[in-house]
Amino acid sequence: MRDKLAIGLAAAAAGLLANNLYQMFMVLPDEALQGAIYRILFFHAPAAMVGMIGYFVALTFSVLYLTSKNLIHDSLAASIVEVSLVFSVVNLVTGSIWARIIWGIWWTWDYRLTSALVCVLIFFGYLVMRRAIDEPTQRARLSSALCIFGCVDVVIVWKSIEWFRNQHPGPVLDFRTGGGKMDPAYAHVFWMNFVAILLMATALVLVRTRQEATSREIDSLRRLAHTAA
Amino acid sequence: MDARNFTFMFYGFLAAWVIVLLYVISLARRGARLKKELDEVRKITSQSEQHADRH
Repeated sequence: MRDKLAIGLAAAAAGLLANNLYQMFMVLPDEALQGAIYRILFFHAPAAMVGMIGYFVALTFSVLYLTSKNLIHDSLAASIVEVSLVFSVVNLVTGSIWARIIWGIWWTWDYRLTSALVCVLIFFGYLVMRRAIDEPTQRARLSSALCIFGCVDVVIVWKSIEWFRNQHPGPVLDFRTGGGKMDPAYAHVFWMNFVAILLMATALVLVRTRQEATSREIDSLRRLAHTAA
Repeated sequence: MDARNFTFMFYGFLAAWVIVLLYVISLARRGARLKKELDEVRKITSQSEQHADRH
């Protein structure tokens, strides 16, 4: 059932992405000031948003683990963090390529970029730490704590373009500005691509959670075999 | 417009897809490894159970 759902979501994401790519390249014109490269933003910003949503869903499961001590919640949090991290890396890399043309530099240590990099490093550390701890409950407890800590940085990433003067552009999306900063035709493709990336991330999380379930089954069978021996 | 503008847009799209593709490949490899490991552990467990039944 979960496999079929993952395949369905991946197929829906692929169909939507194909349509979005057609819209981006065949329908929408180049942006007046940025030229063709503005199209990177159709992946850069939705990847960041999907990553942030993922971290907050992982935060929910981490808190649930701490209250319930159910390892399934920990597995779900870890799966979601891993997939979110992939999209955060996409966000950083595509942003850097965009910046090279628009700002003339690959990187600058402004609040938004630095907090986003710190976020990637925290959640990369989260995954490395999980590999280093064998005992499941200790791993889950420390992972949950680190996830909660990491999500404080996610809030800073989100709000940094409002709180500080940055090299990074300020908010442009209607739900943050009240409207008027993005052409409706661009906004439509932007949100369609956000949905496509969200569907793709959900499909990946489903695959990853299945793997976590298999890992738990292997662990329990090993313990059973050990006890029988 | 700068000729690099289009080239860098291509690099951006390429980078995004390569990162996702590498992750999908790593997921598929990890899935295959876990399946193999599960089969092996199941085999060992059933052998242990048979051994325990005999005694």
